[in-house]
Amino acid sequence: MSRAIRTTLLSILALAACGKKEAPATGATPPASYQDELMTMLLDAKPGDVIELPEGKFSFDRSLSLAVDGVTLRGKGLDKTVLSFKDQVAGAEGLIVTANDFTAEDFAIEDTKGDGLKVNEGKNIVIRRVRVEWTGGPKTENGAYGLYPVQSENVLLEGNVVIGASDAGLYVGQSKNVIVRNNRAEKNVAGIEIENTFDADVYDNVATGNTGGILVFNMPNLKQPGARTRVFHNEVVDNNTKNFGAPGTAVAGIPAGSGVVVNANDQVEIFDNDIKGNKTANIIIASVFSTDLSKDGMSADFDPYPEGVYIYGNRLADGGKNPDGLELQALKLAMFGPTGALPDVLWDGYVDDKKKIDGALPGPLRICVKNDGAEILNYDGPNGNKAPRLVTADHDCEIEKLPAVALANGVGG
Amino acid sequence: MRFAAALAALLIAACARDVAPAAPMFHAEGYPAKLSDWRLMTAANGALTLSTGVNPYDLATPLFTDYALKLRTVTMPKGEAAVYRSDEAFDFPVGTIVSKTFYYPTTGGEWASDVAVGPEPTLAKGVLPLVGVRLVETRLLVRRADGWVAIPYVWNDEQTDAVLHRTGATKTLTLHRPDGRAEPFAYVVPNQNQCAGCHATNNTTRKLSPIGLKARHLNKPSTFEAGVNQLDHWILSAMLAGAPSAPPLAGELSAQRTEGGPSDYVSPPPSPAATPPPQAGEEKFPRNASWTDESETLDARARAYLDANCSHCHSDVGPADTSGLDLRPHVPFGPSYGACKSPIASGGGSGGRLYDIVPGKPEESIFVYRMETTKPGHMMPELGRSTSHEEGVALIAEWIAAMEGECG
Repeated sequence: MSRAIRTTLLSILALAACGKKEAPATGATPPASYQDELMTMLLDAKPGDVIELPEGKFSFDRSLSLAVDGVTLRGKGLDKTVLSFKDQVAGAEGLIVTANDFTAEDFAIEDTKGDGLKVNEGKNIVIRRVRVEWTGGPKTENGAYGLYPVQSENVLLEGNVVIGASDAGLYVGQSKNVIVRNNRAEKNVAGIEIENTFDADVYDNVATGNTGGILVFNMPNLKQPGARTRVFHNEVVDNNTKNFGAPGTAVAGIPAGSGVVVNANDQVEIFDNDIKGNKTANIIIASVFSTDLSKDGMSADFDPYPEGVYIYGNRLADGGKNPDGLELQALKLAMFGPTGALPDVLWDGYVDDKKKIDGALPGPLRICVKNDGAEILNYDGPNGNKAPRLVTADHDCEIEKLPAVALANGVGG
Repeated sequence: MRFAAALAALLIAACARDVAPAAPMFHAEGYPAKLSDWRLMTAANGALTLSTGVNPYDLATPLFTDYALKLRTVTMPKGEAAVYRSDEAFDFPVGTIVSKTFYYPTTGGEWASDVAVGPEPTLAKGVLPLVGVRLVETRLLVRRADGWVAIPYVWNDEQTDAVLHRTGATKTLTLHRPDGRAEPFAYVVPNQNQCAGCHATNNTTRKLSPIGLKARHLNKPSTFEAGVNQLDHWILSAMLAGAPSAPPLAGELSAQRTEGGPSDYVSPPPSPAATPPPQAGEEKFPRNASWTDESETLDARARAYLDANCSHCHSDVGPADTSGLDLRPHVPFGPSYGACKSPIASGGGSGGRLYDIVPGKPEESIFVYRMETTKPGHMMPELGRSTSHEEGVALIAEWIAAMEGECG
């Protein structure tokens, strides 16, 4: 054996011996799947990218997330491209977006363990023709929210379908400048909910088969209260599904058969809607005192009263015939008899005495109902429902109308 | 014979050279395919060995991650130091590499995905023995010119290196609890965006940041250097600048290095003098309790636990500021800290309970449900665990049970 050959042999042996210990990790290559593919596309997206989602049903076991501004996710249709989270083992939503200038369109998200599509602090957000559905129908164990923009600005939700959310189907929270239109919310606890949000227009939607159709709420302890929501030209029909929300959530106290509900929110305009067949009441106006919230659990600066609520020109029918809950049943029986119905508008009667001037609330803070034939019942919540009474004449007033919401930056244009 | 012996010796020498700790390498861009590309640690010959200049640290009360044990390190460019901040994570120089290696004790025998709960092995001189240990993943937080970047690596079956997994992974393991119960669970390695889910602690700027590398978490007796407070030790070894005041007795410490060769990175710390300095750090810096230290008050232990496990999201600017719940340690007990507070967007995560904390009644408090449950849409934290931290739940339940008052 020549020296050269021996040296070569030695090197090869040395390499082989060490190489064994440092073998590259063949077993650790992730299996090719659409989950990995889509996750990688979301990670690598650049502003301006359109990520096309193909036709078909795709399974995910973890949440998807997007953190890049200016991205569009586009499927082939809300029945053609389905992202299924039936086998999800981790993640509190199907898709979480923490980015601006985001558009989602034409796909479906099914059976997420938590929320469907959440956008946390996004500006210029468009979600259109997206379906979020829990395919097993209404169940307490379904995820909370279907479409869930929160702390967002310039938001357009249109043409979406949400079915089966155990909290709200379409929920806009702590946001500014919002349009919710042409959506269908069905068999959720709350169909559409606007919470702690400034300047929202909710129109041309269908809310049916929910526990409550359209809710406009303010909750305590948050960064902003909400005000200025217009609810108009919607169909809010037969929202009589038994409340399947988990106790403790804000919507768990909503009686089955609630059409439009305002709680603690201010400057809410409800007009030109068809609100029909909601068996507790077509419209409910209430303060936080009529909820499960604890007075010990509220920030001191929170305003619990609904103020500046203006109801006019709606087509109201067939409400209040079979209210949910013993108290309301008893109230109906006592005041309107076994074949009667609660009036179209229920109000819990809480008023902020500190804001009264000469014994009355200033005009802009009042609850005004100028709606042909609609009666308003003050059920006297402050005194334990002792003296419920029709107060229609007292609330025959008008409030200056709110301007239409205009989205900025070309959103929805 | 002589030839064979010489050959063997040569082979061992060659391999030893290959596995000897090398200087860490910082990558200013991209996502290197293997953990070993960073040269932070070497897994060979039954041990995980940290390279020179890679400094292990630990926290008074850590984040729970399915009972995984964690080896944390920080590596800074030579001659540079982190700048002290009292409440936020320290300001680390560009070029810093923070690593967290998640591993489990195994139950012995052939690896069959069975892992045990603790105990933590001792890390002697930067060497973690790998006998009876399974390495799962190593997450890096890398401080580049335009900010921190998170890069997840998953250890290979051979346990020789970890491989880049930007989209994360799910691994089915079986957890063996101390009382003998066995529980299969999905260990989830986060994808890069999910890293941001915790580390983008300000949901407006969305800049990533270390979470554990804060004064109050690090202010504890050093686990790695006998007789010295961990923060004092950082100051003495020039890893931390701008702290309130120089620790006492600094001049008495030996300037000699304990071991290691030349490095482009921060030198290993000098060993303390025969008479260790008093643990002066504890009073100078904010300080969290160890959640397991029963000499601490129940309130201090519970607050430390909630800080480490919740406050990176539940702060005034974090992703969970949407909930109105703020669990940073200085927030006074009241609605913002959960007292009698109704949930905002919990859905079924309320567990059917009305308030976050009902004084005296852990079984009626949403906190306890959120911590006990392993349902993905209900549990807290939302990511990072698939099992229930029974000991952590017990601590929070005990803390709530001891409270007086009610929710009116």
